[in-house]
Amino acid sequence: MPDAPAFAARAHVALRDIPLQAAVRNVTGQMVDGRRRALAELADPDGLRDVARAIRYRGVERLPDLLDRWSTNLEARGGQVHWATDADEAVTAIRGIIRRRGARLVVKGKSMASEEIHLNETLEADGVEVLETDLGEYIIQLAHEPPAHIIVPAIHKDRHDVSALFTRDAGRPIPPDIPAEAAYVRERLRDAFLTADVGISGVNFAIADTGSICLVTNEGNGRMVSSVPPVHVAIMGMERIVASWAELDVMLALLARSATGQRLTSYTNVITGPRQVGELDGPEELHVIVLDAGRTPILGSEFREVLDCIRCGACLNVCPVYRHVGGHSYGSVYPGPIGAVLTPLLRPEDAESRELAHASSLCGACVDVCPVRIPLVDMLLGLRRRDAGDVGPVKRAGFSAWSELWRSRPGFAATRIAVGAALPLVRRVRGGPGWAGAWLRTRTIPARPVVKRGDRRGSR
Amino acid sequence: MFSTCMVDQLRPDIGEAVFRLLRRHGYTPVLVRGATCCGQPAWNTGLTGAARRVARRTLRAAAATTGPVVVPSGSCATMMSEFWPELFRGTGDEAAALEVAHRVTELSAFLAPTAVSDAAVGGAERVAYHDSCHMLRELGIHEAPRRLLAASGFDVVDTAGAELCCGFGGTFAVKLPEISTAMADEKLDAVVAAGVRRVVGCDYSCLFHLQGRAERRGLDIEAVHLAEVLTGA
Repeated sequence: MPDAPAFAARAHVALRDIPLQAAVRNVTGQMVDGRRRALAELADPDGLRDVARAIRYRGVERLPDLLDRWSTNLEARGGQVHWATDADEAVTAIRGIIRRRGARLVVKGKSMASEEIHLNETLEADGVEVLETDLGEYIIQLAHEPPAHIIVPAIHKDRHDVSALFTRDAGRPIPPDIPAEAAYVRERLRDAFLTADVGISGVNFAIADTGSICLVTNEGNGRMVSSVPPVHVAIMGMERIVASWAELDVMLALLARSATGQRLTSYTNVITGPRQVGELDGPEELHVIVLDAGRTPILGSEFREVLDCIRCGACLNVCPVYRHVGGHSYGSVYPGPIGAVLTPLLRPEDAESRELAHASSLCGACVDVCPVRIPLVDMLLGLRRRDAGDVGPVKRAGFSAWSELWRSRPGFAATRIAVGAALPLVRRVRGGPGWAGAWLRTRTIPARPVVKRGDRRGSR
Repeated sequence: MFSTCMVDQLRPDIGEAVFRLLRRHGYTPVLVRGATCCGQPAWNTGLTGAARRVARRTLRAAAATTGPVVVPSGSCATMMSEFWPELFRGTGDEAAALEVAHRVTELSAFLAPTAVSDAAVGGAERVAYHDSCHMLRELGIHEAPRRLLAASGFDVVDTAGAELCCGFGGTFAVKLPEISTAMADEKLDAVVAAGVRRVVGCDYSCLFHLQGRAERRGLDIEAVHLAEVLTGA
């Protein structure tokens, strides 16, 4: 039995998908270069990362206090806050709003939290039309796929894939040409923005001091969904909060740089309540759904720093595993190193989620780029220890036998003799069962040169 | 000097090369007698008990020595200096683990300050260098091996993604063999593209993986340990 069977099976398919390989390699490469350039502009990028880490650490530490202050301030401005313990409560709250408004069309901006609660499926089953308005999200909605990257959901699709999807959607040919594709989406979505009853978005940061929420986007659709429809519903992971605008400033300086290599994204929206008396625009109602969904148990654990994450996706872009297998191989809402840590924490009861902690060579490239310095490798190791019970009986027995042998020098020496005897034979084998076969299918075991006795000074 | 299990079991000649190299730098190396393995395979799998059982043998052997414990592997050096204190926390060996952790030094970092200049060794051979993950990211060693190679007359060429993981990752190589192999291929392709025949590294585990994959693919590439090339192998 493979060690991460579900992940390995999906990765097996992805590794043979040549266009996916090329697209993911290409886009992550661009983002890695962009990040490097953008951070180099800062006087002291690593110092700023230390500051950001401290901000997030303190923020998560006093989370109840910050959330309390934020919600009081937001409610004073007429916003409504809904506390959702789990996905069901979040979905119920959103359905309630939609039903009350008699909404038929919902336009959505990008929101990973909405993926966590599988919102679209439920609303569509209710007969509500849900339209994703982020370009990447719209592409994968047409393809009936989940996002393959935290910030670039359609990273695995090239312009030819998109042309095929848009042509079917439009009922007329949309050429595989990026400006033409963008023009089609603009035209397709414009009416929807104007006629939608409800706009749904995510939240990048909440700001406690003023009761605001901040949305960071590049396409302007976030601004449309949050200001044109009469109702704006924002879904926020409960940890995504900073105390002040000064703290927000630090986070914004690092978020866009780490994510896309921009100094700032094209649109940084800060929203403080619905339309106020005397204001000309903005929605009549603003609802913020604060999502726990498995976060509270993390707060009190050794893994709490995972809640510092600001979802920039930099760890995905540098991860050699992610770059080879893409996002869908993870089978989780959050892929890549952060997903491999977060998913087993949010879904500890799910064996398929737990196996993701093994979907890493522990190379640590993720830790190097994390803007808030989350110790992802330590956490992967911690999860493997937490779930050591998942190691099968055969491997467990193998490790046990190994440790009995190598706890003594004679046992170690005996292995060396056995290796020497077996090596010439094993070098000719291609494949076989278990871990040995897994190695030998694609690799040899290099030859062991003979060491002359006289050379072994100092050896036993 | 702790030669590490992979070198002891699979390439004892590298251990000999490390000895020769240390002597050439004016040191008198002695072997950590009775050591076996640092316990990393089990540690990385989450099996603390098995890891401790094996690592304790090596820890006690190292604790019986004095002076720097030189390790010709960034990965094992990381296990011993960074993770042993955690592995042995709350056990009777905790103090020993902390004491040894401070004395553990990766080979190239140990030698770089006293790099011996001898351009004849390398003879201007163009080689690639592979940054192993623990060594680069946990220990922060990047320049030391390059400096030693340059001092010995090697021309270290930049290869695309020198800092990318080779895909070995201990048990990762056999837990997710397909991804692991794809990672090795990316690395090897970059070496081929750089037009060099030898890729030098400081961790035999990575070299074992790269060499094993290169052989299977029939590539004319050799993955060699720093100590081998610096001693003229």
